[in-house]
Amino acid sequence: MSVLAIIGEVLVLIGTFFYFLSALGLIRMPDVYNRMQTSTKSATLGSLGVIVGTGLWAVGKGYSPAWIVQTVAVAGFLLLTNPISAHALIRAAYKRGIPLWHGSVVDKYAEHLASKAQVEEASETSEEVSE
Amino acid sequence: MEEASRASKFAYTFIVLFILWLVVTASLDSQELITGAVIALIVAALTHDVFTKAGLANLHPKRVAYAIAYIPYFLWAMIMANLDVAYRVLHPARPIRPGIVKCKTVLNSDTGKLSLANSITLTPGTITLDVDEDDYFIHWIWVPDEVLNAKDDSEHVEKASEAITRPFEKFLRVIFG
Repeated sequence: MSVLAIIGEVLVLIGTFFYFLSALGLIRMPDVYNRMQTSTKSATLGSLGVIVGTGLWAVGKGYSPAWIVQTVAVAGFLLLTNPISAHALIRAAYKRGIPLWHGSVVDKYAEHLASKAQVEEASETSEEVSE
Repeated sequence: MEEASRASKFAYTFIVLFILWLVVTASLDSQELITGAVIALIVAALTHDVFTKAGLANLHPKRVAYAIAYIPYFLWAMIMANLDVAYRVLHPARPIRPGIVKCKTVLNSDTGKLSLANSITLTPGTITLDVDEDDYFIHWIWVPDEVLNAKDDSEHVEKASEAITRPFEKFLRVIFG
């Protein structure tokens, strides 16, 4: 058993641990925003660990070095796309009107949206007046 | 930043696509290389206009060096983020104090803003909710005291940016402008 294979196995183990944390976060957190926080981060690092670990393990076991190159490429794609999907989901949740947890302390986005709506309303009424 | 010429954009798109081909096929066989070059040429011809604005200027050595230095920095931040999440999830008292804060950024390019938003999403306790021009709205799992007790809006923005966007901006400013 080579060093690479051992490192790969350890990485896969760490990755699955973070998968577990991600699932546990889904149960323990109080609202959709906090669940998104825990699940996105842990699932991304967990995937990185498992995927790269698989590549290292395969090379250590005597498969071709192409394994590590391709697994790193997959990990890179995942790293670039995962946060975007999280952002899209959390934004859609907010736009749909899902409330924040009652323990939340500050909401600047609501203020921003309100002030924006006010500006638009003001410009609309001024247009009506000018007509 | 003004837009680069068509040739420069085309060359940059071709280089990126060809590197992608090399990585995905993971082989240096001459037949593979020729096929890859032809396909990269076709795809670059079709898409170079939407793919990049700066063109070959993206491959400036300083930018590439910063981009490579950014990778370990970012991975380290990501590991810290996950230890942070582990602490919050496993702690019996569930220590969270969430809120949506507002940050400002100094980045100008769209790619830079996208990278910053992605970096924020994957680092400790923060996730990007929306980006509007220079304003970032960020859901923070533990809003610290100095941001929570800020006297007015500008101080709030200043303190929040200090904690969230500043560490990445010093890299991303050089990489994307």
